[in-house]
Amino acid sequence: MTPPTTIQLRKTALNSAHRRMGAKMVDFGGWEMPVEYSGIIAEHMATRTAAGLFDVSHMGEIEVRGPHALELVQYVTSNDAAKLVDGQAQYSGLLTSAGTFVDDLLVHKLSDTHYLLCVNASNQDTDFAYIREHNFSQKGRFGAEIENAGPRYSQLAVQGPRALATVQRLTTAPVAGLRYYRFMFGDVAGVACLIARTGYTGEDGFELYFPPHHSERLWNDLLEAGRPQGLTPCGLGARNTLRLEAAMCLYGHEIDDTTTVWEANLGWICKPDKGDFLGRDALLAQKRDGVKRRLVGFEMEDRLIARDGYEVMIGGRQAGKVTSGSPAPFLKKNIGMAYVPVESSAPGTEIEIAIRATHARARIVPTPFYKRAA
Amino acid sequence: MYPSDLRYTKEHEWVRLQGGVATVGITDYAQHELGDVVYVELPKVGAKLTAGQSLGTVESVKAVSEIYSPVAGEVTEVNSTLGPNPETINKDPHGSAWLIKLKVNDPGAVSGLMDAATYQAFVSEKEKDASA
Repeated sequence: MTPPTTIQLRKTALNSAHRRMGAKMVDFGGWEMPVEYSGIIAEHMATRTAAGLFDVSHMGEIEVRGPHALELVQYVTSNDAAKLVDGQAQYSGLLTSAGTFVDDLLVHKLSDTHYLLCVNASNQDTDFAYIREHNFSQKGRFGAEIENAGPRYSQLAVQGPRALATVQRLTTAPVAGLRYYRFMFGDVAGVACLIARTGYTGEDGFELYFPPHHSERLWNDLLEAGRPQGLTPCGLGARNTLRLEAAMCLYGHEIDDTTTVWEANLGWICKPDKGDFLGRDALLAQKRDGVKRRLVGFEMEDRLIARDGYEVMIGGRQAGKVTSGSPAPFLKKNIGMAYVPVESSAPGTEIEIAIRATHARARIVPTPFYKRAA
Repeated sequence: MYPSDLRYTKEHEWVRLQGGVATVGITDYAQHELGDVVYVELPKVGAKLTAGQSLGTVESVKAVSEIYSPVAGEVTEVNSTLGPNPETINKDPHGSAWLIKLKVNDPGAVSGLMDAATYQAFVSEKEKDASA
């Protein structure tokens, strides 16, 4: 249990609402966030079978505008933003010149001269400084208008098979027809939102971006509209178990400034043909030479639980570390991800995880661990 | 709230000493801090424990918590229902979710531990600090 601290944590606009609901609050990347309300397992199962409501207002938003917006976005990210149409988003990486990750992010194209980047909470200030540095480092070639817009946005995620039914009760915007990774502008419960068909759970759902002063109203209206659907407030604990079952990366775990897209099975967000970008040369070299290690998913065979940072052994030798490990509430297994030598990374490979005094048996499996029904 | 026939440690274990047998578990405060319990690791029958020695772990979705024996003794029984139903610890931490029973030789073994009122005050302070 953590002792009292005098560090001031940042708070979302819904902080007092979470406390009123009896949420267990934790320090997450300098933010005071709800980790659970009714229990991680109940919240996880609700999201998989009905719907979950998540306050993700701690996430960062960076606006890139002007005639040079696309050029800047193309230079600092790995995916091809030129392929986006208005109202479309893509998953991407903010890369170092070594081709490793500064952050992962979503790039939304609002228009040819306006992009909205959604970045991780813990990285928003470093990401903004990094983008700003490269905005002017090409001898004035970019000069886009950039804004660290986190304080102007709250964000709520509604995720699960009944997410659509919940949101539809509160909007006349044609959200049923909104395709995956597309977004539109519309009023939800009278609040003007950017409504995106995106999420971090492996379920269908929406992420809503809106001005913070509407937070409590939208939170309460969603809970009420979703109640007949089984909508459940969910904290960061369930957010983590859900994304892990879907084998989605978490910065600081599966990806960081020592990992590349090839190693992390994220080659699909890397488009070297789009033109020059930070890290392109290093990535092309690694693609040519081949990776030495790869990110894999594994399932425990013994009943023990692998956790972040535990040692992985293959053939009796240290092979890597668990990047994320946890019980998987929907799958009713214990799962995890780890980097292992590429020659030992095939599904079916037997591995061991050092868990206290035991070498617990596990097996590499294909990912994602969970895929929702089409 | 906290049963008056139990004694409590600062690490949130409880013990009931009756006729030389100590029953040990974790408190409601501990299970609430942990969240959903998913796995329990307990010692074998016959294991000899000293006071303060680790007797195993209780794991939730997010955390691993080491459990310390409040008293010295020899393990005579281990709660086998917790293997298939670890969530019992969340539902009935002071009753059916006992962890182990120990044969205890020292009848004064629990005298240094907190009674229910003292423990209640102890956790109230912690809850106040946590919500500050």
